[in-house]
Amino acid sequence: MTVTSPVAPPVNKPLSGWANQPAWLKWATYAAVGIFVMSSVGQFTNTTLLTSSPLSSSALKWSIPILLAGLGGLFSERAGVVNIGLEGMMIMGTWCGAFGAYHFGPWGGLIAGALGGAFGGLLHAIATVQFGVDHIISGVAINILAPGLARYLSENIFQGYKGGSATQSPHVDGLGDFTLPFLAGGKIGSWKSPDLLGSIEEKSWFFLSDAAGLIRGPFAQTRWFTLLALAMIPLTTFIIYRTRTGLRLRIAGERPTAGESLGVNIYRYKYLGVIVSGALAGLAGAFIVMELTGLYRQNQTAARGFIALAALIFGNWRARGVFAGAILFAYPLALSLQDLRGTSVRALLLVIAIGLIAVVIWSARRGVYADSGIAGVLAVICIIWFATTDTAPAWLPNTMPYVLVLLVLVFFAQRLRPPAAAGKPYRRGET
Amino acid sequence: MPAAIELIGITKRFPGVIANDNINFTVQEGEIHAICGENGAGKSTLMKILYGMQPADEGVMRVNGEEVVFRSPTDAIEKGIGMVHQHSMLADYLTVLENVILGSEPLKHGALKAGGVIDFAGASEHLHEVGEAYGLTVHPNDLVETLEVGERQRVEIIKVLYRGAKILILDEPTAVLVPQEVEGLFRNLRELKQDGSTIIFIDHKLQEVLEIADTITVIRRGKTVATVAADSVTASDLAELMVGSELPTPDTTGSTITDVVAVDVAGVTVLNEDERPVVNDVSFSIRKGEILGIAGIEGNGQSELIDALIGVQAITGGKIELLGEDMAKWSVRKRRENGMAYVPQDRHTEGLLLTAPLWENAALGYQTMAPFSKGPWIDRAGSRERTDEIREIFDVRSPNAEISAHALSGGNQQKLIIGREMTSNPKFLIAAHPTRGIDVGAQADVWNKLRDARAAGLATLLISADLDELIGLSDTIMVMFHGSLVATLDPANVTPRELGKYMTGAADKNDGAETAESETIS
Amino acid sequence: MTMSLGRRILFAVAAPAIALLVALFVSSLVLIASGSNPLEAFSEMLTNGVKLEVIIDTLNRATPLYLSGVAAAIGFKMNLFNIGVEGQYQLAAFVAAVVGANVVLPGLLHISLVILVAMVVGGLWAGLAGILKTERGVNEVISTIMLNYVVTSGIIAAAYPYVIDDTNSTTAGTPALAESGWLPDLNGFVEIFTREIQKGRKLTGMLAIAILVGIAFHLLVNRSRLGFDLRASGMNPFAARAAGVPPKRMVLMSMIIGGVIAGLVGLPEILGNNHSYDQGFVKGLGFLGIAVALLGRNKPVGIAFAALLFAFLDSSAGILQFSGTASKEIVVIMQATILFAAVIAYEVVNRIRLREEVKSASLTTGVTA
Repeated sequence: MTVTSPVAPPVNKPLSGWANQPAWLKWATYAAVGIFVMSSVGQFTNTTLLTSSPLSSSALKWSIPILLAGLGGLFSERAGVVNIGLEGMMIMGTWCGAFGAYHFGPWGGLIAGALGGAFGGLLHAIATVQFGVDHIISGVAINILAPGLARYLSENIFQGYKGGSATQSPHVDGLGDFTLPFLAGGKIGSWKSPDLLGSIEEKSWFFLSDAAGLIRGPFAQTRWFTLLALAMIPLTTFIIYRTRTGLRLRIAGERPTAGESLGVNIYRYKYLGVIVSGALAGLAGAFIVMELTGLYRQNQTAARGFIALAALIFGNWRARGVFAGAILFAYPLALSLQDLRGTSVRALLLVIAIGLIAVVIWSARRGVYADSGIAGVLAVICIIWFATTDTAPAWLPNTMPYVLVLLVLVFFAQRLRPPAAAGKPYRRGET
Repeated sequence: MPAAIELIGITKRFPGVIANDNINFTVQEGEIHAICGENGAGKSTLMKILYGMQPADEGVMRVNGEEVVFRSPTDAIEKGIGMVHQHSMLADYLTVLENVILGSEPLKHGALKAGGVIDFAGASEHLHEVGEAYGLTVHPNDLVETLEVGERQRVEIIKVLYRGAKILILDEPTAVLVPQEVEGLFRNLRELKQDGSTIIFIDHKLQEVLEIADTITVIRRGKTVATVAADSVTASDLAELMVGSELPTPDTTGSTITDVVAVDVAGVTVLNEDERPVVNDVSFSIRKGEILGIAGIEGNGQSELIDALIGVQAITGGKIELLGEDMAKWSVRKRRENGMAYVPQDRHTEGLLLTAPLWENAALGYQTMAPFSKGPWIDRAGSRERTDEIREIFDVRSPNAEISAHALSGGNQQKLIIGREMTSNPKFLIAAHPTRGIDVGAQADVWNKLRDARAAGLATLLISADLDELIGLSDTIMVMFHGSLVATLDPANVTPRELGKYMTGAADKNDGAETAESETIS
Repeated sequence: MTMSLGRRILFAVAAPAIALLVALFVSSLVLIASGSNPLEAFSEMLTNGVKLEVIIDTLNRATPLYLSGVAAAIGFKMNLFNIGVEGQYQLAAFVAAVVGANVVLPGLLHISLVILVAMVVGGLWAGLAGILKTERGVNEVISTIMLNYVVTSGIIAAAYPYVIDDTNSTTAGTPALAESGWLPDLNGFVEIFTREIQKGRKLTGMLAIAILVGIAFHLLVNRSRLGFDLRASGMNPFAARAAGVPPKRMVLMSMIIGGVIAGLVGLPEILGNNHSYDQGFVKGLGFLGIAVALLGRNKPVGIAFAALLFAFLDSSAGILQFSGTASKEIVVIMQATILFAAVIAYEVVNRIRLREEVKSASLTTGVTA
């Protein structure tokens, strides 16, 4: 397909009122609709777990590695380098994070994790940017290298530590946590402040208690590391859209020859993007070690690097979207950890069915009846499944993130807009 | 006063090729200086050297009397040199403003400066000022993907001016424009000149060069042949300087048209994704031995029409008959097996497997037929033999049939494609821009082959942006505008200017077209 | 100006040779850093590697690696990154084990049925990713990765309770295949040429099938019209389309063919070793297959060498550990370094080769620029 410009000049379609609304209002509305659906389903299935504050706290916690690695993917792909080596860089982050935290304390772990990941990023950059190796190929090589390296290092280093072995490190500390006073009942000095949201959550008011529960979660026993990761969301957006570095990074991912013709050193920004990408993936690894498990363990990244890649696509290469994707994928997992009988996971089937029905309506209004049909059939399957069981099997939450990614891609792949030059080879001086 | 630019003995070698061989010329401040030469003469390489995108191997370059060595475009920009590239250098998904400021972004002051925070408001203001000063208006916050060709070019020029460039290099800026747009561009260039800018204008269209330039430097085979004042030469003088002999013309002589209709297209309509017609009720017929030329600005439905004819684009109405058989429902392969041949508009995207050997490229499109295959297997010996024939008959200069296609020059690649499509004994040839971007020698070869095939009874549909080529080769010319064929003209009495009027929709449809039609059809 | 044969061979061999040297150098550094003697370790690996039983180990390891490499290479030839061999072979082996355990047929039929089921399942699962790409534009890298996890954390986990063999609780796997479904080993064939194979080693019969797959792969890709279409579509889908090759069909076709071969990857276990699919079923062959395909430049013989090299390193790991010369993980580092160095070296050598071609072409024409 050669690119043809439209026959008639494009008419600027008048934007609907909704599209003109400020971003915060849109997101707040999406959130309110989401909470409404969740609390309705919670009422209907007689469970409060879906919107409880421990669950939202846990979902947030589990989303952080995906978020960090996803932002890592964002930096790399915005600079035009596809990074399926995130998983490997994350593994390097876990090992180095544990090593750093063991020797130099939590901050040392954080920095060492980032450095370990950045080393993986550097390798990827050398292969793809310097030598023009295909991005996927280099990423695969890193994913093979990293676990081997981590195993080798563990065997030669951790094995010698007290409490360490060839497959795991001794225990390491995290950065610690805090609870917000007044809203979530945190302490000021030794005085325990009132727990405003907690008391609303206990009331079991429809919607209000659910909202309070979901909002309270992130403020109770909030990890400092989590806060740091969340701060990366606006920071990433700011860097990408408001700074010189961000603009040049984007030109490297959109039209590198245009940047080159204006004297921008494209290689430098590609290197930068990929190394930062590795550092963020490494931070994700450090988070897993320091905040989730308290030690390095072999295979503990559990394919989160790949889920992060999916979150990046789900989020349409934007920081906020990556976060939404990370939450979406972490939520079922967090739910399954708290819901050992599987009753609440079962309720999720209903939530998914509602989401699919929304797709049915949305597609039908756009006249894409095939999509409506597919979504409709899937929704019916979810509802039948929901109706014929009392508990969801243990494997369901584990596989849900992957299926969700596929569904999102099936229905929205054509609406996504990856950086135009992502994955394409670029050589200086070859236009 | 020192010259704006002075080049002394510039030489640039690529593996096996000397692109620039001892280039010498001087550009005075405030003049429009054209660099003229046929495709492949080394103009673009020279401009890349001048703009710091490639280093010269030898030679000295002076800007405003000062000797310079450019390591990157940044160095050139610093010396006040700006370049508008042949191919658009804009990122679609960035705004106009972002595209313009890229590489020289103004930063906010104070602490934010250290963080590299861009002062978009200041940039926007400066852009506005520059636009005002030169009479070029752009909307800073539009996404570039929403702009039209002309607007894009304005952005390209303003991008250069924004940096305060006093010396502008324009590399074939008229390639994508119709005559009327070219006039607009020339007005802008003259204004720039009045404001004291120096302009280097690269082109191979002689009329344009004579119209706009003060001084002309001619390059042939990497060497400077002459620098002359524009008012002291004629087009044919220039042509002779460019090719070292007289320029070949595409004229066909005598009619070879028969009474047999080979291709009959009626009421063909193609809809785009928004269900709007991009090809609208198109009808024409081509007889054996006839060349039908289609003129039109790119993007008026020609690509979609070609796609519909070769069978990769579904049509929503109409018929396409080849020798009386309806082929509208046939697959591409079946159409090819029944005598349809296709020379694509862009040989790299649609014509070749660049990394595959020549013999595989020669088989492409004909891999189901002898001598390229036997049953389900590729006939490697047969393919190679046929490839050698094509290489010889069509003068594809290449060491052997094993070399990969990308190693050939553009002209030889094109001759390979023409050879592949014509040795298959076609009945209907679709040739889109068959001589685009190839040197004069190869161009003449391609024209000869098209003429020979016409004489042998081939029905040819010729789509070209080169109006001289269309007028010279075609038996009939139709003009495509906004998806419809709006005029049928006799090439014998139409000028490029008149064609341009139809192509932009400026001419009254009924005025002139009908008389021309009646003359042709008779 | 034909490039001489010597030069062509030089270009073909240079990159892997450089990669091997780099890998030896890097792993030597790592070994020295961790206090081992690299020369000792390498000589240990070599002397051990030529023992008949170790060669059998190497061939047994190389067989599934080769199949996995070929499965990935078909996609790569088409510029399709089928990362899904892992999931395809897991699912295929699982279903084949279940089907194979539930029928009793005469030998050849039983074996053929298991192979057929595995190939069909592998092909269908890969075809799903193909359809997602052609019909919905879903990038195959992401979809195949996701489908891998859908298999391992979803489908197999979900089906497990229904097919598990309760009588033997220690392995917690599917019931074993009846003996009619066991593929004979090749020990007898090997012993014609050499001594008796000891230590209970059995050369998998799948090796013969892998060799057949390699030959078929060569004929398909390099000799057949379909292969021409597939490669053309991979090199330039737009040119291929204009030449009458429907790109979507080619994408689907190569995904399915890749999946069909991926289906064979797990069969040495099902037909040869365990005769069942259990919790400890061999994992990771899919990703290693990608590595092997890349190292072997997607060529039938190249992949074979790459598979043998990786398998040799794997089977050397034990002896290093056993003799205490070095940590066994050094072989994984060597594999990864070879791969990394090789993909870079291929790129560099390829660029030099292209430049030489341009030079030789321009010499014949004598035209500038």
